[in-house]
Amino acid sequence: MTEADTLIRLAHIGRTFYLGDAQVHALRDINLNIQQGEYIAVMGPSGSGKSTLLNVLGLLDRADAGVYHLAGRDVTTLAADEQARVRSEHVGFIFQSFHLVPRLTAAANIELPLMLAGINPDERAQRVKQVLHDYGLDARAEHRPNELSGGQRQRVAIARATVMQPTLLLADEPTGNLDKVTGEEVVALLEALNGQGVTLIVVTHDQSLGARARRQIKMDDGAIVSDTAASVIVGATRDEST
Amino acid sequence: MRVPDALRFASYAAIGSPVRTALLVLAMAIGVASVVVLTALGDGARRYVVDEFSAIGTNLVIVLPGRSETRGFNPANLVTSTPRDLTVNDAEALLRLAGVKRVSPLVVATTEIKASGKLRESILIGTNADYIQLRNLKLSLGRFLANTEFGGGSPEVVLGAVIRKELFGTENPIGKSVRIGDRKYRVVGVLAEGGRGLGISSDDVAIVPINSAQAMLNTNTLFRILIEAHSREQINPVKSRVLKTIIARHEGEEDVTVIAQDAVLQTFDKILNVLTLGIAGIAAISLAVAGILVMNVMLVSVTQRTAEIGLLKALGATTRAVQQLFLFEALLLSVAGAVVGVGFGYLGAAFLRYLYPTFPAYPPLWAVLAGLGIALVAGLVFGVMPARNAAKLDAIQALSRK
Repeated sequence: MTEADTLIRLAHIGRTFYLGDAQVHALRDINLNIQQGEYIAVMGPSGSGKSTLLNVLGLLDRADAGVYHLAGRDVTTLAADEQARVRSEHVGFIFQSFHLVPRLTAAANIELPLMLAGINPDERAQRVKQVLHDYGLDARAEHRPNELSGGQRQRVAIARATVMQPTLLLADEPTGNLDKVTGEEVVALLEALNGQGVTLIVVTHDQSLGARARRQIKMDDGAIVSDTAASVIVGATRDEST
Repeated sequence: MRVPDALRFASYAAIGSPVRTALLVLAMAIGVASVVVLTALGDGARRYVVDEFSAIGTNLVIVLPGRSETRGFNPANLVTSTPRDLTVNDAEALLRLAGVKRVSPLVVATTEIKASGKLRESILIGTNADYIQLRNLKLSLGRFLANTEFGGGSPEVVLGAVIRKELFGTENPIGKSVRIGDRKYRVVGVLAEGGRGLGISSDDVAIVPINSAQAMLNTNTLFRILIEAHSREQINPVKSRVLKTIIARHEGEEDVTVIAQDAVLQTFDKILNVLTLGIAGIAAISLAVAGILVMNVMLVSVTQRTAEIGLLKALGATTRAVQQLFLFEALLLSVAGAVVGVGFGYLGAAFLRYLYPTFPAYPPLWAVLAGLGIALVAGLVFGVMPARNAAKLDAIQALSRK
């Protein structure tokens, strides 16, 4: 593992919310290195700060303290529109409640990030078609979200998150609104993407889903309480050194 | 984000909630339509008055008996309070003035006209042969009064189209005799339908030579003297010459009023234009109200669509892109409303013209353009705040709201 492969480097990241007079430390002194292509599950009880961590990683939220390097670039203090560009180019989000725009067809929902990035219509149409085909949604292209099953909706959402070919895929309880079988399918899909080299970070309550990840991070009260990678990576470096 | 894409997204967003969009478009449409219809009314009134005045003829100078102006206290007023009559001789004298093309003395009265046992009330006009050219009237049958200058005048009559129809039906009235008052007249001509001026339709008149009219009414006084100047430039010189001549003939007393049609026309034109502008201003208030409504609805829309805004941000939308989307939506709604409103306005104006065919209620172009422009500006101005609110929205909170 070399320095160049490090996709994410968080150093002493802190995030504090103010609820009235009370201070809530959503993140306390988080130090985390994530390599390109990792598959990570972030777990912990409600309010442990795992969603905040995901938001900070996706540049939707800004840390109060610390430094965040994404793909070798310091993104901690980027202006809002710069952050939007980074999100557009590097980050794909997948939400528990899918967040599809109800009035738009599946194809139009998938097209959104391409449209926002200002890609020309011909290329957009081509890429959307490709992605629809890849996710087995050809027949559903012109359906609106309310005409789709939960699994299909989440597949559309994943298609939308990956159509810009991001390096980082952030999923917040991606199976939370799905039954067990469809949940399995969606996870398989995400894992396949990870197999193609996309860095996958999943926030979940689900122990069995978390267990499938190669690296588990457990959080509590805004801090990382355990990280299986610490040993794995150390092990890996040891392997290389020997 | 490309502008066509933003426009398309915004229009889908508008279509996505049809009731809201329809109501908003309607509100804006009513605003614009009221501007269009009310200015059509105002401008129609202006045109109506101007047309009525131009319909009497061109380059006209009109002499009225009596003074309509006061110039302070004059002891003479106490002694001679009754004005001298305006007579046929006065009219004759005016014809000799430089710059005067035609002169028509005028006597007007209501009278009854009888023919083949039918009786009909009509307006009797006594005048001379020049009257037809001076007033730009058209004949549909026969000829006008014979040119007898100011003297004589055989007992002949020219009938208005409606009178002719009511007395003779489809029969040819030329050569027939009618009885007006206690005299018999021979019908020599019929006026074409639709002539008008100063609110009197020429369909209802019976025109006889001035002398017989005066004899019948037992009067020497003229109702008016109509004078046509040779050209527009001659109007003012003719006006002062006419006044001077009449004063000289009336023993130095200024007991008539001379008005130039042109001046009256311009005054009315000016007054009614200002009136139209005022009406347009009042109508524009409804546009402002519609604009505020657009803002209100867009603000509600922003709070309803927080999740969508959060999503757009997560997908890489910049602040500007989000602003653009909401601003375009407000603009689209306003423009759609404005276009529909112009349509409504034209329909309304057409309906007015259908109800009152003589009233030229055409919306002036400037008002239509101003209505569209104000609607556009209202959409832009009142769209800015909702758009900024949308752009300022915190993505995480927006996304977490279900």
